[in-house]
Amino acid sequence: MINIVLLSLLVVVAIGIIRMKDLFAVVMLTGIYGLLSASFFVAMDAVDVAFTEAAVGAGISTLLMLVVITMTGRKEKATRHKPFAALFVVVITGGLLVYGTLDMPLFGSADAPIHNHVAPRYLNDSMQEIGIPNVVTSVLASYRAFDTFGEVVVIFTAGIGVLAMLFAHRRREEDEKLAAINDSMHEKHLVIRIVTKMLIPFILLFALYVQFHGDYGPGGGFQAGVIFSSAIVLYAMLFGLSAARRVVNQGFIQLMAAFGVLCYGCVGIASLLNGGNFFDYNVLSNDPVAGQHLGILLIEWGVGVTVASIMIIIFFSFAGRREIQQYVEQNKNKESV
Amino acid sequence: MELLITIVSGLFLLVGSFLCLSGGVGIIRFPDFYTRMHAVGVTDTLGSVMILTGLMMQSSDLLVIAKLIMVLLLILLVGPTTSHVLAKAAFHNGLQPKGLSTENKHNNKESSSSNT
Amino acid sequence: MLIGLFNNWVVIVLMMSGLYIVIAQGNLIKKLVGLTIFQTSVFIFYISMAKVSGGSAPILDQEISVYSNPLPHVLILTAIVVGIATTALGLSLVVRIKESYGTIEEEEIQQQDNLQNQKENKVEVKE
Repeated sequence: MINIVLLSLLVVVAIGIIRMKDLFAVVMLTGIYGLLSASFFVAMDAVDVAFTEAAVGAGISTLLMLVVITMTGRKEKATRHKPFAALFVVVITGGLLVYGTLDMPLFGSADAPIHNHVAPRYLNDSMQEIGIPNVVTSVLASYRAFDTFGEVVVIFTAGIGVLAMLFAHRRREEDEKLAAINDSMHEKHLVIRIVTKMLIPFILLFALYVQFHGDYGPGGGFQAGVIFSSAIVLYAMLFGLSAARRVVNQGFIQLMAAFGVLCYGCVGIASLLNGGNFFDYNVLSNDPVAGQHLGILLIEWGVGVTVASIMIIIFFSFAGRREIQQYVEQNKNKESV
Repeated sequence: MELLITIVSGLFLLVGSFLCLSGGVGIIRFPDFYTRMHAVGVTDTLGSVMILTGLMMQSSDLLVIAKLIMVLLLILLVGPTTSHVLAKAAFHNGLQPKGLSTENKHNNKESSSSNT
Repeated sequence: MLIGLFNNWVVIVLMMSGLYIVIAQGNLIKKLVGLTIFQTSVFIFYISMAKVSGGSAPILDQEISVYSNPLPHVLILTAIVVGIATTALGLSLVVRIKESYGTIEEEEIQQQDNLQNQKENKVEVKE
């Protein structure tokens, strides 16, 4: 029973996170937690979800937290008061929830209510209606496209929020000085630079494979976007932010984020204008199945572009903020000397 | 023939799992960071190569074999690099291997300060 | 029954440890980690509900007849990416708090706020 082992490990890691005072160790444990839950999702047949969780939970989120820790300090202060009240609340809530689970259907039972409503229709009819083997993709991009549109807009909004919170305009001469500091620092890491240079094209290629193979296997716009952005983030980490900004221009990437959402919305409008419902792809082409294929392709493309751009924007904002803080501190030190 | 392939791939899988396990034992038993990292870095790469080879023998689909070869190449490239980077980062932050006497530490500090 | 409900109980333990971190620990980054744990426990709940024993991943093939439920997979797939975007927003708030308060410990921030309020009150009284 591999799922029981994985779940027990998850509990152990969670307890470790509660007890640790060193934030660096906490963030590393969070990465392990993400990877463990991704393995659990594979054991539960949710390959698409596992894919996303491995890229997001173990990759990007750990990285972002590490960047923030370098700005805020890695030690947590010990709390003085005893947290009995919190423990009380947690135990009472947990006890009530455990009481609630006694009515739940047992794990893996095929006649649970969740399997009897809409899921059989997806599994039985989607091949004729949509014509692609991966049911997760057809539900995500066609049956529940409106839902997914909302999610993409939420991601877009969060990206704008981060940008508004952390964007700092810098003058050109500052930029050049920062670039010089970075170059001197990054030249030390020769081995990893060369290996990364070899790997980045393959990572980008893999992201495109995941993007376009999402109809037939695990994959799709969300995963592809995260993988694509991770290649750019890797480049930015090893070659400096200024070099990465020269590769993907900040203005361009902001434009692309908006363009992805626009592309998604336009597919909906196009189906409206063709006489169907919003996101009803059947009307996009003479043959309904071909219309579905076209609509899903365009929508996945929009999702991928938005997710990749937003992830890159978020990382650039954090890293840029950190560089400026370091620059200011260095200037202070010089003045005090 | 089929029996032979099954036996050989089983052997590969067994040896690979043993190597990974021994790496796990090493990370607990070895005394300091560098030796621990050495234990995991070496055994993990070889262990996962063994396991992947065993899996390749068992699959008949050519596409699956091609994908496994991709994973193999990735592991061969990434595994040693990460060990290298880890060791380098630890050394740059002044972590001394266990067993170096305090005198040595002192000397190193002096030489590094004179360099900068 | 023990094995049949084990997943649910683990989910509850994880959820409560996340909640405990959010309530009891003062460090803002730790609180965000707690929220992440809470969030992941919900993901685990949904995904383990979707599992049908003996089923396979919902990618249609003629040789397979039993599939796990694809609908929770879709919901969680999008929720994970939305989760990281909102976590990033929270982290950016933490960075700004650190810049203006000089600390990310909840108690110290409240102390500073209280001092500020007291000063403002005194000024008002004088006027």
